[in-house]
This record gives sequence, C-alpha cells and structure tokens, in this order.
Amino acid sequence: MKAAAFDYVAPTALEEAIRLLAGAPDEAKPLAGGQSLGPMLNLRLAMPALLVDLGRIEALRRVEDRGDHHAIGALVTHATLEDRIHRLADGGMLARVARDIAYRAVRNRGTIGGSLAHADPAADWLTALTVLDARLGLAGPDGRRDIALADFVRGAFTTALRPGEVIERVLLPKLGAGARWAYYKICRKPGEFAEAIGAVVLDPGRRVARIVAGALGGAPARLDDLAARVASDGPASADPETLDRALDAAVPGLDPVGRQLHAVALRRALDRIAPGGMS
Amino acid sequence: MSGTASTGTGIGARLERLEDARFLHGKGSYVSDIAMPGLMDVAFLRSPLPHARIDRIAAPEGAEAVVFRNEDLTGVRPIQALSGLPGFKPSDFPVLARGKVCFAGQPVAMCLARSRAAAEDLVQAVTLDLTELPPVTDMLAARQPGAPLVHEAWGDNLFLTTNVAGDIETVSSTAPIVVTREYRMSRQCMSPLEGKGVLAYWDDRHDQLVVVTSTQVPHMIRTGLAECLGIEQGRLRVIAPDVGGGFGYKCILQPEEVCVAWLALTRRHPVRWIEDRREHLVAGANTRQHHYRVTAYADTEGRLLGLDAEVTVDVGAFSVWPFTACLEAAQAGGNLPGPYVVPIYRCKTFSVATNKPPFSPYRGVARPGVCFAIELTIDAIARAVGREPAELRRLNLVPASAMPYTTITGKHYDSGDYPASLALALEKIDLPGIRARQKQPEPDGRLIGLGLATYTEQSAHGTKVFASWGIPLVPGFEQATVRVTPDGGLEVRVGTQSIGQGLETTLAQIASQILTLPTGVIKVIHGDTALTPFSTGAYASRSIVMAGGAVSRSSAVLATRLARIGAHLLQCDPAEARLADGRVYGPAGDVSLKEIAQVWYLRPEQLPEDVDTGGLEATVGYKPTVDTGAFSYATHAAKVAVDPETGMVEILDYVVVEDCGTMVNPMIVEGQTYGGAAQGIGTALYEEQPYDAAGQPLASTLADYVLPGATEVPGIRLFHLETPSPYTEHGIKGVGEGGAIAPPGALINAINDALSGLGVEIGETPASPRRILAAILARGTGTTAPVAAA
Repeated sequence: MKAAAFDYVAPTALEEAIRLLAGAPDEAKPLAGGQSLGPMLNLRLAMPALLVDLGRIEALRRVEDRGDHHAIGALVTHATLEDRIHRLADGGMLARVARDIAYRAVRNRGTIGGSLAHADPAADWLTALTVLDARLGLAGPDGRRDIALADFVRGAFTTALRPGEVIERVLLPKLGAGARWAYYKICRKPGEFAEAIGAVVLDPGRRVARIVAGALGGAPARLDDLAARVASDGPASADPETLDRALDAAVPGLDPVGRQLHAVALRRALDRIAPGGMS
Repeated sequence: MSGTASTGTGIGARLERLEDARFLHGKGSYVSDIAMPGLMDVAFLRSPLPHARIDRIAAPEGAEAVVFRNEDLTGVRPIQALSGLPGFKPSDFPVLARGKVCFAGQPVAMCLARSRAAAEDLVQAVTLDLTELPPVTDMLAARQPGAPLVHEAWGDNLFLTTNVAGDIETVSSTAPIVVTREYRMSRQCMSPLEGKGVLAYWDDRHDQLVVVTSTQVPHMIRTGLAECLGIEQGRLRVIAPDVGGGFGYKCILQPEEVCVAWLALTRRHPVRWIEDRREHLVAGANTRQHHYRVTAYADTEGRLLGLDAEVTVDVGAFSVWPFTACLEAAQAGGNLPGPYVVPIYRCKTFSVATNKPPFSPYRGVARPGVCFAIELTIDAIARAVGREPAELRRLNLVPASAMPYTTITGKHYDSGDYPASLALALEKIDLPGIRARQKQPEPDGRLIGLGLATYTEQSAHGTKVFASWGIPLVPGFEQATVRVTPDGGLEVRVGTQSIGQGLETTLAQIASQILTLPTGVIKVIHGDTALTPFSTGAYASRSIVMAGGAVSRSSAVLATRLARIGAHLLQCDPAEARLADGRVYGPAGDVSLKEIAQVWYLRPEQLPEDVDTGGLEATVGYKPTVDTGAFSYATHAAKVAVDPETGMVEILDYVVVEDCGTMVNPMIVEGQTYGGAAQGIGTALYEEQPYDAAGQPLASTLADYVLPGATEVPGIRLFHLETPSPYTEHGIKGVGEGGAIAPPGALINAINDALSGLGVEIGETPASPRRILAAILARGTGTTAPVAAA
C-alpha cells in the first residue's frame, strides 16, 4: 500500500497552481488536506504523475466577511471551523457539523474545499452546505466563476470542475435573525461516514426554507415542497406519512432499510428544529 | 521452600507490567523496526479472483530475476497440514499459487525490490492471465451436490465431517418443549495492531538462515519452515521480536514466511515482507465463520433434556499448519454444551472448503460461536416456557457440587462455581432494576434489554487433547530454564512467546515467588529459538499455566541448590536452611543469594564437596497432573439500549464475573479480559468481511471493516472469583481468550430481549444496525432471509 511515484510541487500562488494543473489536466491532481487523496494514492486508486499541493497558498486559508455572505477559503480545515476560529453568521451550524467529521486527526488536516471537490456523497459538507444554499467560487485557466453547490455536484465523486479548475472559496449566505437549523446524522460509530443525514434550515427573515436528505447514492436531495409546507405550517405539519411521500418523490428506489434510515434522519432533524430544539 | 510475599512481587501482586516502559515510550522493536544494510522489500502479487485457472504469469521485461512464481521456488514444498482424524481430505497449500488460484488475495508471485513502493510497482507490471472458474463462497451451498469444487479431486467440498451420535430419539418425541434455531457468524479478520511481518537473512558465521518473524510460536515455525524448505533445523534460527498482538493469526505457518525465508536462503540477501492492512483484510479474512442448526429439547420448566446440532465451519481453501482445517469444528462440536448439563447430545460437524482465505483459530477458537449458539438457544427456551432467562441458567448450569464434572462430550471441568458467577453478575447488573425499567417506555423511544452468557474456557489442554484432534504437532512437557547470574540476578528462558499478554511480568512474578527475589532483578528471555528451550508456543491460553508451571518447578530446583550451598556457607544442616527475602537463613546467621552466586561462579573453593554440579542453572519440564485442561469460566451480563427506528445499539452497562483460578497478576487478568471483551464486542456488533456473489471480499480498508474503538467499548465492570485448579501448579488457569468468547452471546441476547416486544429475534453476527432494522421491517412479512452487509 505505497503510492506509485509522482512529482510534487507546492506553489505559493493560486495562479501558478492552476497553470500547473491545466498544463497536464489528465496527469495532475491538486492536493488539499490529503485525507481522501492520501489513502487513494496509497491504494493506487489514484496514480497522478504530478501532485500540486495547494497547502502553501495562504489566500486559500482566509475567511472574509462580504456583507450578506462569508467567503471561506477552500483550505480552511474542519478543525478551524470546529474551533470557531472565525466568527460566522451561521447559527453555529458549521462548527457543530465539523465536530462530527471523522476524528480530530482528520479534522486537523482535512479541508472544506477538498471535501467538496472529492464529492463523497456521505461526507458532511456536501449536505450541510447544500441545506445552507452555499455557492462555490471556482478558479481555473479560463478565469473565475461562481456555481451553486447543488449544480456543482453531479453525482457520487463527480463534480462540475473543469480541467485545471479548483475550488477557491465557499460562499456561505449569512443566516438571518431567527433562523433555525438542524442536522441529524446516522452513522455506525462516531467518525464513520454517514448512512443517512437529515438537514433542515428555516430562515424566515430571508424567506428561505430548506430540507435536504444526504448520504445518498449521489448528490444530496432537496425536499422543497416539504420545506415550503414546514415553513408555512410548522415542523409538525411534516407528519410521518407526508415526510415518507416527500422522501419517496425526491429519492425514489431506496431499499427498505435505507428508506427507513433517511426518513428517520429527516424526522429527527425536524423534531429538533422545533423552537428550543436546535442542535 | 516456597517464598513469602515479602518481595511484594510474587504471585498475586498487582504489578505494573515490566515490558510497558519500552512499549509506552515507543521503544518496542517489531519486525518492521529492524534496519539492515541492503535490506530489500518483497511485495506479493495476489489473486484478484476467488477461483481461476492460471494461464500465464509473466514478469515485465528485464525483471525476470526479481519476480518469482511457484515454479521458481526450487526445493520448496507446499504447506501440508494433515489431520489425523479419519476421513480427512488433505489439501496442499502452495506458498505461491500453482495451476489455479483458490481465493482472492492468494499469493501468486513474489516481487523483490529496493523498497516496498518499488516492489509494488513491479507487482503492477506483472502480467497475470486468469480464466475465471465458478467460485463457491457460501458454506451451505458448498455442501450441496453440484457445487463448484475447490479441490476437484475430492469430489465434494468437505475437508471432514464428524458425528457425535447421541440417542436423541429418546427425547425428541416426548420432550414438551422443542426449540429450533439457525445461527450464523460472519467472517472476520483478527486485526492485530501489528500486522504480520517477516525478515530473513543468511548468517555466515553460524551457517544459519535467520528468520525474524512476528509469530506466537517461534519454535513451531522453525519446525514447519525447515520442512517446507527442506533444510535441517540446525541451520535455521527463528527470532520473534516484539509482537504486536497475535490472536491466532500468528500461530500458523504462513506462505509469505516460507517465500521470504526461501529468498534469503537462496539469494543470501536480507529481505523482508511487511503485511499491510489491505493485505490483512483481504488475504487474512480467515476466521469465526460458523453456521448452526440447533434443536433443543426441554421440559416445561426449561430444563435441558437433549441437544441436537449441526455445525458448519467455512474453512476456506486450505488446511493451515499446524492446526489443520478441522480444529475449529472439533472444538465447536466438543464445546457446544458449554457450562450446562446436557443429558443427551447429538452433533454433526462439517468442515467445508470454500474459495476464501484458509481458516485460522482466533482468540476463543470456536467457542465464541458455540457460546453464541447455546446462549441464544437458552434464551429461546426461556421465551418458550415463559421464564426469566437467568432462572433457566440457574436450572441448567453445572453446579459447584458436581465438580470435577465430565461433560457429555468428555470435557473434564476441573473446578469452579458457575452458578456463583451468574448470581454475582445478576446482582451487579441489577436484574430487578432492569426488569422494572423495561415496564416503562423510555423517553427517547429506545428499548432496553438484558443479555447473559456463561462459558467455560478450556486452557492449557495438553497432549491427549491435541492428539485426539489429529493435530500434527502435539504439545508435551513445557520447559523453562532459570539461571542465577554471577551477581545474584535471575534469567528465565522460555520457548513460548509474549505477544502482548504480559508474560515478561507474570513469569518473573512466579520466579519471584519461589526464589524470593524481586522482579526487578529477574529477566524473562523469550522469542528466539537459539536462546530458549523448545515450546509449541503461545496459543490455547496455555502460556501462564505451562510456562508458568515450568518456571515454578525449575525455580524450586534452584531454590534447593541455593539453600544447600547457603547451608554450607552458614555451616548449618541443609534442613535448617530457609529461603526468604533473597537470602538463605540458618539458625545463626544468613547469606544472600548474591553471595551464594559469587561463590558458585567466582569462589568455587568455598563450595561443599558434594555440591550439585548442575549449579545455579536448571531446566525442568512441566505438565499438569491432569492435562486435559484447566477450565476458566465467566458470566457476562450486558445491558443495552436499542433504537428500533435505526437499529443502533448502545451498551449501557457490561459486567464480567470471571474465575481463572489463582491470579498471578490481577491487573494483567483484567487487561486480558478487557481486550478480549473489546474483540468480542467487535464480533457481536461490528466486524465483518462480506463477500459478494462473485466471491469478492468487499472490505479492503478499515473504512469498510468496522472495528470497535474507544467510543464503542464501554467501561467494563469486572469482578473476580478465584477457584484454584486442583491440577496445575499454584492453581493457575489460563485466561487469554475468555474475554472474547461471551460478548456475541450476551449482547445479542440483550438485543433480542430489547426487541422481544416486537417479536423480533436476531441470530447472526454482527448485529449491525442494518441487520436489526431489516429484521424489524421484515416483521410479519415472513421473510427472515439473512441481510447482505451494509
């Protein structure tokens, strides 16, 4: 279980990294925290000829306040978010989600951008940032562009990234006053990848209501009709039958156990979003 | 002659482990820590398919001299582990595949390079052409006529069937209560922290091949390696350095050991292979997989009248040396009645070949399976007669008054009070409290359950037992050498192996007890065939009984000789000399062992004329007076909460009441039990190597093979009983395996107790959330098919 030989460069400027990646699009891979790519290299599931380490690009570690949203650098680690190093108007959600990602050693190195680019359906950020309506700032050889996270993830381990393009930052809308969120993850033991995630954000001030089922076979699924109903009639309106119907419509074809787990994750998230039940 | 406890380091002392200083400071020395000039690495090309004909193995151009196939290994014999049991079908286990591959992960070619990474590059460059053959990966399907054959010449897939033909008909037609169940245990990997590793080099000075290997049984490996390589044992030295866990995985001769040894022997170049985790999970998925069909007959009170069982063991493709393909089934058939009085017993066992890695005995050896089967059956009977499961155990356990007790299968239980362990466990877990709590719904909707399991752990079973199992290498007298150093210290040499169980401490404690020296001046030496007397090694919970007994006996011989010289120096009658506090006391004065040692080694002119010329070194062999085994036992009681919506299980409380006879070091007994119980929790709830329909193992990293960690293993509450064995030195019984035996039975009984209101029963390990949920969802639909892994 040793990686095949590769060349390694660690540029300090994003433009240089993009130039290197674009110069050998089939052979080069960007390295962020390495918590997924590292094992894949060792298992020889990934055998890039060139590894472009983004770790020395300081700009990617910055977190900026941009009025109605935060711009979180792609290389901000899970641990940084867990430790609330930056003040975020997210109701504490990112810190809470980060706390349950893998275990601390992984969180110390793993990054928010790396996780999203890897696009493992069971990873937390994919679901948490989908329910928060995050957008991504991408940078590539043809310049910069923004994309909604929902459009970014095309399926399991598949994204809209173009050759040579990397995630530069996560654009996180600020939650309004009175916003509530809930995030319920089912996994076999702490630190394991999730079997099911239910996530809810109700932000009446911004007229936003989102319910998302995560840890599916592909991208997280949005249950928008159910969210609209909950926004107008309250969480109690999502009775089990309504919720099951909404889940079946959004995610058809689940096996009975998977369907049960996703329904329970959503139901428990909704239970917790009732006033006073935030977690 | 036996010493007082004045050293504070004798038998029974709760001593911190002497070996821990180096382990805790990261200074242990394992195979992969050894550096040598020019050391090269081996990586194995392993079969990607479970069953296939080999059409071609071709080294990349220019690398022909560093890629080795079966036909390149001149002089190497296949591993042959023949069982002496009648009807056994032998399997030659080629150290590199020959003609065909029989399991995914089987070594096919050996690639040699300057580094492991470069060796893996070579592996990727080798051309391997295979023609797929139909695999057989389900043990029950493998028993059916027409199943694909692992060994075509056999005509079927049965290594062996055995039959205990009890007269079950005498109860089957009349018993008022009949309970029939099927149970399954999944295939596991033993997952020692340190994987397997082997390093070999040629030593010109001694004209010897030196094989440094992570093993529990260095002397046996010497014997097995010499046979496979065709060299005299005098030209082979086996060293086991620090070994980071064995659990049975390291008590067999592995093909990689033979390959690496052959390479060093023929190339005269130091070379090593260090197993990685993926290799372990794929090629080392070799244990625990049993299937049971059990019918129990009982009276209306729940008293057992008879037991009728069919046990199938998924042995994999080959027979392992020296424990063979049939030890597991022999153990299962002999131990299924467990600690209970079973008047009539019929049992058929099937050791079935499949396209999986060869089955090896794992901590507990078959008993986690039989304990699981009998304990779930006891609970099923309790439900059938409407009684408290604890009551049923009280009714059926072998009572203390019956000791020593010989079971229906001939197991001779030497001593103990099984009902007392049950009673104490019930008190500690608070049976009435749990029953009262179960009457009220939990605020979080979870369901509370209590589960019990009582087992016996045969330890240090000796010559006759192993001979009856048909094992090619049978243990006899265990020897230890003790030697006083010229400055009055003590060296203890044993051929068994410390693999983490603290023998460097406990054996020193036994010597300390006899010779009244503090353990601080006692050094236990093991792990090298050149430095220690022969031993079959560390397995079957035998080391503390066997090596401990031998250390005791040889120390006693030295004590006599020391007293005699001491008496001469004190000018008193030897009968008046007494050993205490590291000194020999006479009626008027005393002399230290250090002074006596100096006289023997450096001032022999002061010795008595008739001194024992054996001097201050003794080797004595030991075997218990009755060597059918000293039986430890325990009751485990588990309190769990099951979330019926997710299938998640939380262990709320876990109580162990164990009795391993005289405890040499209670803290080490506790450590053994905690560690074993953690592995048992893994069996019960987490660990599984699933295979898909094509015979591919699905867990190749620890992300897929779920091990219990710090958050899954609860604080285990451990209580001791202490019934010395009447047959062993100091009344010691072995305890290394026991912790791992009961958790599957106790935990799944607890889960079933929690789910009893839903009418759901789990009969399969691991009881994963997915299995539990599937069983709950299948309620009323009549489907109870086993659930594929998550």
